[in-house]
Amino acid sequence: MAPISYYLVLAIIMFFIGILGVLIRRNALIVFMSLELMFNAANLVFVAFSRQYQALNGQISVFFVMTVAAAEVAIGLALMVTIFRTKHSIDVDQMNNLKG
Amino acid sequence: MPTVNDFLLILPEVVLLIWALLILLIDLWIPDTKKYYTAVLSAAGLVISAGCAFALLGRTGSAFSNMVVLDGFSSVLSILFLLSGLAAVALAYDYLKRNAAQRGEYYTLLLFSIAGMMLMASANDLIMVFLSLELLSIPLYILAGFFRPRLASEEAALKYFLLGAFSSAILLFGIAWIYGSTGHTDFPGIVASIDGGRANYLLLLIGAGLLLVGFGFKIGVFPFHMWVPDTYQGSPSSIGAFMTVATKAAGFAALLRVFLVLFPAEAPIMAGILWGLSAASMIFGNTVAIAQMNMKRLLAYSSIANAGYILMAFVPYGNPVIAQEAVSSALFYLLAYALTSFGAWAVMIALEPAESDGLLLQDFSGLGRKYPWLGAALLISMLSFIGVPLTMGFWGKFYLFKTAVDGSQIPLVLIGLLTSLVSAYYYLRIVMFAYFKPGEPQIQPGRWASVVAVICAAGIFVLSFIPTPVFQFAAQMIMGMK
Repeated sequence: MAPISYYLVLAIIMFFIGILGVLIRRNALIVFMSLELMFNAANLVFVAFSRQYQALNGQISVFFVMTVAAAEVAIGLALMVTIFRTKHSIDVDQMNNLKG
Repeated sequence: MPTVNDFLLILPEVVLLIWALLILLIDLWIPDTKKYYTAVLSAAGLVISAGCAFALLGRTGSAFSNMVVLDGFSSVLSILFLLSGLAAVALAYDYLKRNAAQRGEYYTLLLFSIAGMMLMASANDLIMVFLSLELLSIPLYILAGFFRPRLASEEAALKYFLLGAFSSAILLFGIAWIYGSTGHTDFPGIVASIDGGRANYLLLLIGAGLLLVGFGFKIGVFPFHMWVPDTYQGSPSSIGAFMTVATKAAGFAALLRVFLVLFPAEAPIMAGILWGLSAASMIFGNTVAIAQMNMKRLLAYSSIANAGYILMAFVPYGNPVIAQEAVSSALFYLLAYALTSFGAWAVMIALEPAESDGLLLQDFSGLGRKYPWLGAALLISMLSFIGVPLTMGFWGKFYLFKTAVDGSQIPLVLIGLLTSLVSAYYYLRIVMFAYFKPGEPQIQPGRWASVVAVICAAGIFVLSFIPTPVFQFAAQMIMGMK
């Protein structure tokens, strides 16, 4: 059985890859994938500690998070489809219509 | 097992959610030309829910195995959210008709979002905080893009969505580490674990920091503000008005409760971060607002500055006496800010032509002469934003500054006073356009938006004569907190 620190380090790496993806990538779809990576990093932390404490509440939390993430996927993809229809691009660097 | 009593304690939320689902169904049979029925129905739902919230005022208790609590803090904020929702319905009615976007789902989504906010104010478990945050955010992502296929609205929605989901992910990561530190996500369990010395201090601190970043995005403080101006400008104005007030209040509700209950011991470290966030927001919001000629963007930057003001009172939250005072003054300021902000937005929405991204300041020219009531409402709102005596904004700032002085945060108060002076320039410039420049508003003002503007202005003025009872009411309401 691998010690808990392995899982936690993996989760931290996933989280930072996610943050980098959000900050660096330009395609909104990839940004969105990076966000999912961040959510799953949190899930991994929950599950790892849940086993550490021999308690179920962390795993139940993960189910809630997965449900919410699914709802967010639905909204996010719908928004991207509508914006692609208008603009024929989902490049976040080109989202500069609003300026002050 | 949940009992009837559990449902009774969250009756306003239950009523609102059931009502929203019913409207979703009923709206199918309401033809496009008669969408005012949907508006009236949703307003009725908000009023009934507010009635339930009033009936529960003063009751305390926890429900669903400590997932939610009912106390004065959550009751007062629930009523504030419901009234904001009522204002958002009234503001939307003429405005959506003018923009040919009268679709019934606007009202349903609004109701869902308000239910999320109410749950957020009474959440007593970090998972509940996360879920209610998503319940309030997801409908708002759609509402921000409600004017599709207009590009500005879609862009606002996508930006709001990406940064909103980003902040949720950070918040969730923080919750996961707090769970790792204590083995609990419910507040009593976490507090017991911390008090029993079983919690890992470092993990708890990391979690608290991540939570602060997540909430910082939601309340829109510098440096987590980048979505605020674009989203407020691109989304429908009635939603912009609703977001500046209600979303911000919901974010503060969760922030105040989580930090007061869970992290009083981390106050010395957190105070420094809060200090920086508060000072940076006040300076940044007020200086950048000077350069804005678009009213929506100006109000967006003003909302960043106002978040900084509220945060100011909360900096010395480690001291229990100050913390009580800080929460009451934050509640008082949220009320004052709600009236002021809705007043300003309502005047703008009343005059905003179809297909526009907000009025330019020049568009207010001649308002005072042509429509004296709207002009007066704009004047009172702007004076209240600055914090001139005889307005609620003055008393709001007075209590915030007083709390900060009691907590010996003199430099922060000085920054607050100086930035308030700076803000007078851009607020008064709008008044100058409205009263001293020749011109005429482009369109006939919307009726309901004008009503909201006048009611808010009257509230700002009348309540400013009885600040002490209002403040004492707030102070008395939060006594049962914790």
